[in-house]
Amino acid sequence: MSSSASHPALRHYFDDLQQQHESATMGMWAFLAQEIMFFGGLFAGYTVYRFKYFNAFVTGSNLLPLEWGGLNTVILIASSFTVAMAVRCAQQGQHKSIFNWFIATMVLGIAFLGVKSIEYSHKYHDHLIPGLNFTWDGPMAGPMKIFFSFYFVMTGMHALHMVIGVGLMIWLMPKIRAGKFGPEYYSPIENFGLYWHFVDIVWIFLFPLLYLIGRHIQ
Amino acid sequence: MSKDFSLHPELASTFALPVDLLYFLLVAISAFFTVAIVVVVIIFCVKYRRRSDDERPKPIHGSLPLELAWSIIPFFICMGIFTLGADMFFRMYRAPADAIDVYVVGKQWMWKIQHPEGKREINELHVPVNTPVRLTMTSEDVIHAFSIPAFRTKRDVVPGRYNTMWFESTKVGEYHLFCAEYCGTQHSTMIGKVVVMEEQDYQNWLSGGAAGESMAEAGMRQFDQLGCATCHKNQSGGRGPTLTGVYGSPVQLASGDIVVADESYIRESILQPTSQVVNGYQPIMPTFQGQISEETLLQLITYIKSLSEPTE
Amino acid sequence: MTTTVTPESPAAADHGAENYLNHEYGIKSWLLTVDHKRIGLLYLITTTMFFALGGVFAGLIRLELMTPQGDMFQADTYNKLFTMHGVAMIFFFLIPSVPAVLGNFVLPLMIGAKDVAFPRLNLLSWYCYITGGSLATFAIVAGGVDTGWTFYTPYSSTYSDGFVALALTGVFINGFSSILTGVNFLTTIHKMRAPGMTWFRLPLFIWAHYATSLMMILGTPVVAITLLLVALENLLGIGIFNPDLGGDPILMQHLFWFYSHPAVYIMIVPGFGVISEVIACFSRKAIFGYSFVAFSSLAIALLGFLVWGHHMFTTGQSVYASMVFSFITFFIAVPTAVKIFNWTATMYRGSIDLKTPMLYAIGFMGLFLIGGLTGTFLSTLAMDVHLHDTYFVVSHFHYVMVGGMVMAYLSGLHFWWPKMTGRLYDELMAKTGAVLIFLGFNLTFFPQFVLGYLGMPRRYHVYPEEFQILHVASTGGATVLGLGYIIMFGCLIYSLFRGAKAGPNPWTAKGLEWEIESPPIAHNFHETPIVTSEPYAYEEEDVLLADKASH
Repeated sequence: MSSSASHPALRHYFDDLQQQHESATMGMWAFLAQEIMFFGGLFAGYTVYRFKYFNAFVTGSNLLPLEWGGLNTVILIASSFTVAMAVRCAQQGQHKSIFNWFIATMVLGIAFLGVKSIEYSHKYHDHLIPGLNFTWDGPMAGPMKIFFSFYFVMTGMHALHMVIGVGLMIWLMPKIRAGKFGPEYYSPIENFGLYWHFVDIVWIFLFPLLYLIGRHIQ
Repeated sequence: MSKDFSLHPELASTFALPVDLLYFLLVAISAFFTVAIVVVVIIFCVKYRRRSDDERPKPIHGSLPLELAWSIIPFFICMGIFTLGADMFFRMYRAPADAIDVYVVGKQWMWKIQHPEGKREINELHVPVNTPVRLTMTSEDVIHAFSIPAFRTKRDVVPGRYNTMWFESTKVGEYHLFCAEYCGTQHSTMIGKVVVMEEQDYQNWLSGGAAGESMAEAGMRQFDQLGCATCHKNQSGGRGPTLTGVYGSPVQLASGDIVVADESYIRESILQPTSQVVNGYQPIMPTFQGQISEETLLQLITYIKSLSEPTE
Repeated sequence: MTTTVTPESPAAADHGAENYLNHEYGIKSWLLTVDHKRIGLLYLITTTMFFALGGVFAGLIRLELMTPQGDMFQADTYNKLFTMHGVAMIFFFLIPSVPAVLGNFVLPLMIGAKDVAFPRLNLLSWYCYITGGSLATFAIVAGGVDTGWTFYTPYSSTYSDGFVALALTGVFINGFSSILTGVNFLTTIHKMRAPGMTWFRLPLFIWAHYATSLMMILGTPVVAITLLLVALENLLGIGIFNPDLGGDPILMQHLFWFYSHPAVYIMIVPGFGVISEVIACFSRKAIFGYSFVAFSSLAIALLGFLVWGHHMFTTGQSVYASMVFSFITFFIAVPTAVKIFNWTATMYRGSIDLKTPMLYAIGFMGLFLIGGLTGTFLSTLAMDVHLHDTYFVVSHFHYVMVGGMVMAYLSGLHFWWPKMTGRLYDELMAKTGAVLIFLGFNLTFFPQFVLGYLGMPRRYHVYPEEFQILHVASTGGATVLGLGYIIMFGCLIYSLFRGAKAGPNPWTAKGLEWEIESPPIAHNFHETPIVTSEPYAYEEEDVLLADKASH
C-alpha cells in the first residue's frame, strides 16, 4: 500500500492504487479473452471453408494486393512499438514523451486505415464486394464470394477495432496533456497498449491467412 | 393411425420396440431417482422441521466416501445408458446393403418423393412391409426434417447435401409423417403419411397408373439433353472421365486425395465441378448450379448409379 | 463471522435512516447511477418487463394450442409469437436474471466490497441491455420475427422476411451486457474480497457466479459474431451459410450452439448459487460438501463448452462426432447430480424452516431433477433421434429453465427482498403464489413429455386431433401458472407499500450481507469487514441470531 489514499485517480471503492491497477489489468485481459473468442468464430468459419474450397481461396488470395497488405503489417508492428514506448514513458513519468509516442501511434493507425480504404476502393472497382457489387465470371463463383465475404468481414471487423482504438487515443489525449498519468497511475495507458497489441496480433494472423494462401504455388 | 389414447406411438418398425424399451428404462431410472429424492426431502422437511427459534444443528461438513459414491454410481449408470443409446444409434443410421432406395426432396411446404421405378408422390410415402428402405433426402430451400414417429426415426433434410436415413417397417398401415425442423409459415402443415403395404400390393401400386419412365431412364434422357455425353463417354478418352462403374468406386483427385464416389460426390461434381477435379483431367466442366432441380439431380445420379450395376 | 460493524447499526433500519434508495433522488440519480445496488434494481424492473412480455406471448401460444386448428392466429403470426417468446425470455430475462439482478445487488455485499470493480462498466452493461432490448422490442412491434430464437440458416438468412436483422442487432448489443457483467464479476471476485475472505470462505453463490462469468466471457462473443454473420447475410446476401453458393447452413448451427449450450449453463448455474444460500439458511446448516459443490460449478462451466453437438444429432453430422458429444454430455450429469445430493444431505439433521424462499428452493430441487433427468433422455443418441424437435424437448427445457431457473430466481428474490427493499412481504400470500406456480407449472409441462413421445413436433401451429387432450391440460396448467405469477408479483409489490419494515437479518442467515442494514447504505459497509470464520457457520453463537426483526 502506498500513500496513494489521496491520489486523485483512486476510486472510492478501491483500497489503494495497486488494487485498482491490478483490477483494471485483469479486467482488460478478460475483455481481450472475449475478443479472441469473437475473432475466433470468424477464424473457425474461415478454416472450414478454406479446407472445402482451397482452390477458390488460392485464387482469391492472389487477388489481394501483397504490397499494401505487407505495408500495413509493417505499419501496425511499428505502431505496437510506439504504443509500447508510450506505456514505458508513462511508467517513467515522462509526460511529454507519452504524448508524442501516442501521436506517432495514432498517425500509424490512421495510415493503416488509409491503406485499407485504398484496398477497399480497388475491390469496389473490381466488383468484388459481396452484398454490393460482387460479380465473378469464372468457375467457383459461389466459393469466391465466400472467400471475399470472409475477407471483408474479417478485415472490416479488424478495421472497426482500429477505428475504436484511434477513438480511444483521441479520448486519452487531453488527459495525457494534463499530466494525469505517471508512475503511480498509468493503467489506462497500459490497458490501451494491451488493446492495441491485441488488434495488432489479430492482423498478424489475418495477413498470412488472407493474403498469402498458396503464394508459393504461383 | 391409431386414435386411441396411448403413451407411445404405434410400434411399426424394427426400431420401435428397442427404442421404447430404452425409453421405459430411462423413465424407470428417472422415476426412481426423482421419487427417492422427493421422498427423502419431504421426510427431512417433516422430521427436521424447526421446533424452536434457537435451534442450532450440528454442522456436517461432508463425507468423501459419500461424494465418491454418488459421483461414481451415477457415472456408471450414465455410461451404461450411453452405450445402449450409441449402439442403437449406430445401427439406426447404417442402412443395410440390401435396402431399397427412395428419394425425397423437401421444399416449402411439401415432400416430393420419387421411387427409382419412376413413381412419384407428394406428401405420401408408400413402402413395402418388412423391407429395409433407405431414403436419400435433400431440400430445395431451407432445412426441413423427415419424421416418422411410428418408426421412431427422423433425419434433417438439408439444402446443399444429401442426408440418408433408413427403416424397416413391421406393420401394414398408415402412419404420420411430420416435418420436424421449423421451416417457415406452413411448417405445421408440411405433413403427410407413410403407407406401409404388403409386398404384392406395393408392386401393384408401383406399376399402377400411367406408364412412366424410371428415374434412371429419366436421368439418361437428361444426361443427353444437358450435354453430359459430349465429354463423358462410355469408355475413357473423352474430355471428362467415363462414368461407367464410377459409383461406389474410389476416385483419385488432382489434389492427391482419394474419395469414394457416392451420391454426394456426384452431386458436388455437377454443381461445383472445379472443387474436386479428377486426377489427369482439366478443370473445364461447366457448373450446373441453379440450372437443374434437385429432382433432376437425383435422376442423373440414379442413372450414373445404374452404370455401375451388373446387368440385371 | 465477526466484523467491525458497530452494534447500533442494525437500528438504522428505521424511518429517518439514509440508505442507497433515499440518499439521492431524481431520475438522473437512477439513470446515471453507478451504485451496484441501484443497477440491480434497474435490471429488476426491466427484466420483469421482458418476463411479462414473454409471458403474454406464452399465454397466446397456449390459447391457440387449445384447439387443433389454427383458429386464433394466422400461421405467420403464430410463428412470430413463439420466436419472440423465446427471444424475450432467453436473452432478455433468463440470462440476465440472477446475475444482473441478484448478483449485482448481493455479490459485492457478500464479499465485503463497496461496489464491483468497474461500476461505470456496470451501468454500461445495463444500457447495452436496454438498447438491445429496445431494438428487439421494436422488431416485434414493427412486424415481428418468425425464425425461432435459434435463427437457423438458410431460413433466417435468405427466406424470412421479418425484421430479422433488426432483432439480431438487438441480441448482439445485449450480448455485451453479458460480457461486461462477466468481466466485472470475474475481476470483483478476484480482487475485491474483504480481508480474510479467502477463496474457500466464499459463499457458494460467489463460486457459481465466478463459473458463470467465465462462460459469459468466453461464450457470448461466439454467438455475437455468428448472429452478426447471419444478419449480414440477411441484409447483404454475403453467402457464408447459403447452400446455393456452396455455403454450409450446418456451420451456423455449430457456431450458434457453441455459445448457446454454455448459455443454458449461464442461465442455471447462478440459480444453483441461490439454492445453496437458501438451503443453508433455512436448514440452518452449512452446505454439505462445500468444495464439491464449488468445483462442480467450474466443472459444469468447462464441460459445457464441449457438448454443443448434442443439439445436432439428426443434422447429418458424423456419427462419431455425435458419439463424442453424447459421451461428454453424460459427464455433465455427474457434477449436476452431485449438487442435488449435497443439497439434500444439507437438509439432513438440519433445522428446517419452510419460509417462502425455502419453498421455492425445494420446488426447484424436484423440478430441476426431472428436467435434468429428461436431459439424459436427449443425450441418449438413439432416444434423441425420436425425441428431437418434439414437445419432449420443449418440456425438458421448460422444466430446467422455468421449473428450475425461474424458481431459483424467485427463491433468491424472496430471500434478498428484505435486504433490497427493507420490507417484508406477507408470507401466506407469497407461499400461495409459490404453490400455485409449482402446481400450474407441472400441469402445463408434464403432459408435454407425453406429447413429445407421441411424436408431436415443436413449433407447430396446428396439429392432429388426437393430441388435443394433452394440449388442453397444458393450457389449463398455464392458466394456473399465470395466476401464480400474478399473485407472487402482487405480493411483492404490495410489500413495498404495506410490508413490515425488515431488520438487517430477518432470516437469521449467515453472510456479510446480513450484517448490514436493510436496505444497505450507499457504500454498503460502515467499515471494511474482516472475515475470520468459515462460510455458513450456523453453529456459531451469535448475537444477531437473537434478532428476529419484525416477524
